[in-house]
Amino acid sequence: MRSLVLPEFTISRSEECDRCRACEHQCPFGAHTYDVSKDKMISDSYRCAGCQRCAVFCPKGAIEIRPAPSFYRPNASWSRERIEDIKRQAESGGVLLTGCGSDKPFRIYWDHMLLNASQVTNPSIDPLREPMELRTFLGSKPDRLSLRSDTDTATDPFLMVETPVLFSAMSYGAISYNAFQALAIAASRSGTFFNTGEGGMPSEMKSQFKKHAIVQVASGRFGIDAEYLNCAAAVEIKIGQGAKPGIGGHLPGEKVSQHVAATRMIPEGTDAISPAPHHDIYSIEDLEMLISAIKEVTNYEKPVIVKVAAVHNISAIASGIVRAGADILAIDGVRGGTGAAPKVIRDNVGIPIELAISSVDRRLRDEGIRERCSIIAGGGIRCSADVVKAIALGADAVYIGTAALIAMGCTLCQRCHTGRCSWGICTQDPGLMRRLNVDDASRRLVNLLSAWSHEIKEMLGGMGINAIESLRGNRDQLRGIGLHEWELDVLGIKGAGE
Amino acid sequence: MSVRRQKLYSKEICACSIFGAMSRAGERFTGERVIRAMASMHHRGNGLGGGFAAYGIYPEFREYYAFHLMFTGDARAQREAKRAAEEFLLRNFDVVHDEEIPHSDDVHVRDPPLLWRYFLSPSKHGEDIDLPDDEYVVRKVIHVNSAIDNAYIFSSGKNMGCFKGVGYPEEIGRYFMLDRLYRGYLWTAHGRFPTNSQAWWGGAHPFGLLDTTVVHNGEISSYGTNRWYLEMLGYKCTLHTDTEVLAYAVDLLMRRQDLPMEIVAKILAPPTWETIDRMDVRKRELLTALRRIYAPLLMNGPFAVIVAQSGRMIGLTDRIRLRPLTVATRGDMFYISSEEASVRLISPSLDSVWSPRGGEPVVCEIDGMFEGRLEHEIAGAA
Repeated sequence: MRSLVLPEFTISRSEECDRCRACEHQCPFGAHTYDVSKDKMISDSYRCAGCQRCAVFCPKGAIEIRPAPSFYRPNASWSRERIEDIKRQAESGGVLLTGCGSDKPFRIYWDHMLLNASQVTNPSIDPLREPMELRTFLGSKPDRLSLRSDTDTATDPFLMVETPVLFSAMSYGAISYNAFQALAIAASRSGTFFNTGEGGMPSEMKSQFKKHAIVQVASGRFGIDAEYLNCAAAVEIKIGQGAKPGIGGHLPGEKVSQHVAATRMIPEGTDAISPAPHHDIYSIEDLEMLISAIKEVTNYEKPVIVKVAAVHNISAIASGIVRAGADILAIDGVRGGTGAAPKVIRDNVGIPIELAISSVDRRLRDEGIRERCSIIAGGGIRCSADVVKAIALGADAVYIGTAALIAMGCTLCQRCHTGRCSWGICTQDPGLMRRLNVDDASRRLVNLLSAWSHEIKEMLGGMGINAIESLRGNRDQLRGIGLHEWELDVLGIKGAGE
Repeated sequence: MSVRRQKLYSKEICACSIFGAMSRAGERFTGERVIRAMASMHHRGNGLGGGFAAYGIYPEFREYYAFHLMFTGDARAQREAKRAAEEFLLRNFDVVHDEEIPHSDDVHVRDPPLLWRYFLSPSKHGEDIDLPDDEYVVRKVIHVNSAIDNAYIFSSGKNMGCFKGVGYPEEIGRYFMLDRLYRGYLWTAHGRFPTNSQAWWGGAHPFGLLDTTVVHNGEISSYGTNRWYLEMLGYKCTLHTDTEVLAYAVDLLMRRQDLPMEIVAKILAPPTWETIDRMDVRKRELLTALRRIYAPLLMNGPFAVIVAQSGRMIGLTDRIRLRPLTVATRGDMFYISSEEASVRLISPSLDSVWSPRGGEPVVCEIDGMFEGRLEHEIAGAA
């Protein structure tokens, strides 16, 4: 069926173009072709994903990709997106798939909170001259330290991070082997952790990276055996994901290469389908049993993380999860990313992470169980200021996924689900995958964490605080701007000037 | 502003003078020299708060908790607060003696509240019956301070008392006639320079719970974090000041959790990771565990503090020593002060004078009083 959807982008090529055909080689979507008879490059804007790969790699800088100026008659109710979605569904008859986090203009609360700084009454601290500590511990903490008996000092398992930023779950299968490896290397060099997602851990990586790996147990249970659970610093039970709360996952058979298949312990080329719920968790007590089972298998040496999507009654859910024995609670907000999700789910289900952190932290404090678990917040963390604000709202640390991908080259073109990632990140195509150099990508990730850590130190020093843990739940350091009363109340902060 | 948000903390910011004097032999002396020492640091305050804590002043009532209460507001509000507070006290305690706290009308102070003291012992009933006395008293104090309007218990220990109000410390000292009426073996004092709050008598230092009192110079930047942790454990921060969290933290760690001061100091002002990582295994593991478990009690921001308890005085600064603290000794006398000059004023010759390092507690105890207490094997390591 001929598509009736207008192209999203226009490709313009200046006279600098010397027809080297680099763009043709770079574009995995076939937007550039070379017409031999006319010695001319031809652009097919219908195929363009707007990933900017060709523009970056054109040796002459001759290519420019812009949003297409063409339009449907403007209509406040029927936006271009609404019209085009209908056309696409009329053509395919299926659920619209997409990748990356939601691009909808939900209020970004990070941008409506301002940080405090010391003036006169309290000296600010210069992080270049004074110690400034970002180390923090994730896990369940006892109420007290007893010095009287050795048994009491035996501690619950925990994770120690040198900076409060961890890489969130991205599975081998969803992302390429090279991208997966780059995350593992960067985590180990930066004193933090990467997360295997539900794709298992390639066996050759197990010994090298086990101290910096969080292994995931998700509803598909791919790649899980006792060895997998024990080649990690922590185990994460994934209940939900911010981009698709209540929805399972589907890795199409084309992405299940021999190596992916071996890692996931499934036949090559078969679809890897993760059900929406865990079929052994139909209630909170079932979660408790799974947590116990995992602790048993790992000899009570590893903290167990439970990851959920931020949904309406997240605080009650969080309380149940802590009482079920989770050591760490990971919450993923509505803007969290994905390799593939139904667009309608991604854009309509869940709540922003900022509100979720605050209400969960408050609920756990009210119940007196806040220190029985740590909170890792994810889904929409874009910069170091977001990290600082998340911690001031009550998180212990944050997960970053999208930001890490962008550091490796991702431009958020939202074509992850096609498996044709031109940057070699979200693909299993050997040719495309080779585009991502592991050394280069891991260096970019290490740099990103280092840059954010420096910035966090500057912000902390400005507030007169020299340990990140003195910021946790310290809402006094935040003021809201441009927010309604109810929003200030949920965030538990005052308005600017109040 | 919504009610919910009004309850959000409004931290007070202040700079101050602090002073402590103690006889290690347990000899009692009047507040006269302490007042003089504070007067010499007049410029460190701005007349919006001064106060004293004195230990050993009520030997005739040493078995009883001495409650100092203030009733604020206009005359009617004061009467009503006193009626409500007394009704509560009589229901929960046996009051053996009560009287107005004596004061001198020759000293002009602004808006003095009605000040009353009660000597009492717990009268437990119902589900409270099994509580230890101290815990029982703490709960009742927290109740009065958070639930009864215009009534504040600002002193609740045995054989000790706090005296505080709005004014320069030397004025407050003379108002309460501390130089004439009381003799104690340990005195601490505070002169206040608040920058962002209306002056009220309850906001002056010292702050205390039971016989632990705190005078504090500084601003605690970690207030929001410290506060939620303490509130989660049942404390209610009603006085809107960061010093309160210090007092509660000390109560939690020393009384409820029975940790020695050396360990408590490492919780409030721990060494940096750089230092900890270089220590031998045993010390490193202990300090790492302390920081991991008690991270929300790390007091961040500039402070110098004097904590006093029966028979003991402790000086401590923040871990990067952003506020001054000088320690001096002369014979049996032990002094801690914001300034050496104030010590020299009342004791021109000194045996030793030094400035403790950031995060290093200075502990002065009455000779022999704490001998035989549990010697924590690991405490030495810290």
